[in-house]
Amino acid sequence: MKSSLKMALGLASAVVASTAVSNVAHAEDLTLCWAAWDPANALVELSKDFTKETGIGMKFEFVPWTNYADRFLNELNSHGKLCDLIIGDSQWIGGAAENGHYVKLNDFFDKEKISMDDFVPATVVGYSEWPKNTPNYWALPAMGDVVGWTYRKDWFSKPELQKEFKEKYGWDLGPPTTFDQLKQIAEFFQKRQIDGKTVYGASIYTERGSEGITMGAMDVLYSYGFQYENPKKPYEMEGFVNSADSVKGLEFYKSLYDCCTPPGASNSYMGEGVDAFKSGQVAMHMNFAFTWPGLQKDENVGGDKIGYFVNPKGPGGAQFAQLGGQGISVVSYSDKQESALKYIKWFANKDVQAKWWSLGGYSCLNAVVKDPKFPASQPYAQTFLDSMAIVKDFWAEPSYAPLLQASQKRFHDYVVAGQGSAKDALDGLVKDWTQVFQDDGKM
Amino acid sequence: MLNRTAENVARATPEPLARKVRGISDKGLAWLFISPTILLLLAINIFPLFWAIYLSFTNYRANRPNEVVKNLGFANYQRILGDQDIWIAMQTTAHFVFWTILLQTLIGFTLAWLIDRKFRGHAFWTTLILVPMMLSPAVVGNFWRFLYEPQIGLFSYVISFVSGIPPTSIQMLSNVSLAPWSIIIVDTWMWTPYVMLICLAGLRSIPEYIYEAAEVDRASNWRQFWSITLPMALPFIMLAVLFRGIENFKMFDMVNLLTGGGPGSTTEVASITLKRQAFESWRTGYSSAFAIILFVAVFGLANIYVKALNKVKQR
Repeated sequence: MKSSLKMALGLASAVVASTAVSNVAHAEDLTLCWAAWDPANALVELSKDFTKETGIGMKFEFVPWTNYADRFLNELNSHGKLCDLIIGDSQWIGGAAENGHYVKLNDFFDKEKISMDDFVPATVVGYSEWPKNTPNYWALPAMGDVVGWTYRKDWFSKPELQKEFKEKYGWDLGPPTTFDQLKQIAEFFQKRQIDGKTVYGASIYTERGSEGITMGAMDVLYSYGFQYENPKKPYEMEGFVNSADSVKGLEFYKSLYDCCTPPGASNSYMGEGVDAFKSGQVAMHMNFAFTWPGLQKDENVGGDKIGYFVNPKGPGGAQFAQLGGQGISVVSYSDKQESALKYIKWFANKDVQAKWWSLGGYSCLNAVVKDPKFPASQPYAQTFLDSMAIVKDFWAEPSYAPLLQASQKRFHDYVVAGQGSAKDALDGLVKDWTQVFQDDGKM
Repeated sequence: MLNRTAENVARATPEPLARKVRGISDKGLAWLFISPTILLLLAINIFPLFWAIYLSFTNYRANRPNEVVKNLGFANYQRILGDQDIWIAMQTTAHFVFWTILLQTLIGFTLAWLIDRKFRGHAFWTTLILVPMMLSPAVVGNFWRFLYEPQIGLFSYVISFVSGIPPTSIQMLSNVSLAPWSIIIVDTWMWTPYVMLICLAGLRSIPEYIYEAAEVDRASNWRQFWSITLPMALPFIMLAVLFRGIENFKMFDMVNLLTGGGPGSTTEVASITLKRQAFESWRTGYSSAFAIILFVAVFGLANIYVKALNKVKQR
């Protein structure tokens, strides 16, 4: 009896001990949630150093871009504990702050002497602040990103094409600096035979389901004079969103879609754009900068064959680019906030940020991007820097989702489906956005 | 000896369970057994329905659980019924339902009629025709998306071969006029076998002696078809129309996979609009009201239709 009791007790303690050991081993594991894309793989590699330094294990929950917002906004809205750290899209910051999903980082930054002045100003406003332009920080700028362009340097440098282009348009074929030039180049290449293949002018964003066409159209509209609201009176949109210049910008985007995109490119976003460029279909390619390291390494179109340029100027000389990218936040429902904050502190370190850039991530730290060696560090580094200097972002309001859905519908209806006029589309957008802000009690 | 055996059997036979469980009648026991199912049904069917009805009168948004929920009365319903985009989505849905049902019924019944001839190898052809129906909609959607690809898709090349139009000009999913038809073609390809199966059951249920009597009366094949085959198979055809009508009113997966509602909003059926409002714009109260309107519309139309179906059956 005694021996049986001993054996039972022994077994029980062994079970308890093994559970405890297992708990200890995993207690500090942090889960970081992000989109499934190339920079996420770079972050996995980078984070191994964090585990080495602190002993805190890192787990990753990466979701494809098409489900990224659905998956993680559901997780946050349901107060889920899956993510300890989240790299959330820039537009989420307002909702995440107002609904208490993210931990406010001001005290932590003060304590750890992390200054937002050390980061590229546009990324601080875009990824960290809510309300915008106030010192209320909900994230550390993590992945700088911006819409820019790649082009086929090898095609542009063909002497026979250069000659023909010069004769036709009167200027040297090269990276465009204005949208008019961009369209001329796109028209020049559209349906041209190069190396025995039919090629097309440009790949631009036209995707309907998530945010694609908005990100693309805005890239043009900003430089044409579009403004979200009256700078002197918030939420007054009439005459700003649908100004005459905005109308011209949207008309230009449609004309670019009609004249110069590959057949069937009516629902194209980041992935489709990369595919079009990599398969040698297009001369120019609009996409977020995160795609550039992968394209640069590509055997068929990378290396000496690829060039980069900043989003061109509008007719009045204004030049802006659509901001992408994200900040890293601590989820307020996490039980491991202390460890998560340790990760943020580690990630803000200059050496870590430098390594982040070398691995394929885009650092937002001034010390990295303002390093004299930075522009030469990668063929696209200078274009990235120039682009980040001219960024604008979509609404980051808590109601960004219905605002985005409205622009997706209005732009796609006009640009791709050819319904109504640009003025109708933008007037409709003012109506939709007004309704959203009225529902929110902001108007 | 016999008595003893009977006693043994009686002793070995268990008493009714209800008598063993003190205080529970047979009826009570029956309730005990079916109550888990009823509770489950209440939890997953009835409660969400009533909850959706309640939400439809509020401004609730699922992504703002901390906000105060206001009662809006019928404001959501008023807004939906006055929203032009919703009416366009309803028209698009009606367009899909009409054409898919028409094509599926015509082709499905014709195929059933041909298969019913019992020619050599008819079992093989029946199985082959049923294959599309057995595939997952996700597979079918992606498969057809590639087929429709203007630069590499087989569909474009076949049409180009027949018509002489360059394949890159045949943009089934990007063209406003062709996109709705691209979905109708795929849905018809996938679900015609289902209609065929039901029609085949109807045709096989017609007694052979009726045709024999018609032969005796020297009725022509056309007369036999018009006066015997069609009327007797009609309840089955109507049943197939009912099932496909309800399914296609809710059509989501195929549209989502092929066009996502585009180009523009050309193929945005009611279910896509509902999904966008509920899970992308997070207007939970508003989308609940829309869901209730759709539910009432389908339920009402289906009821009217079932009454007509019963009348046809009684004839």
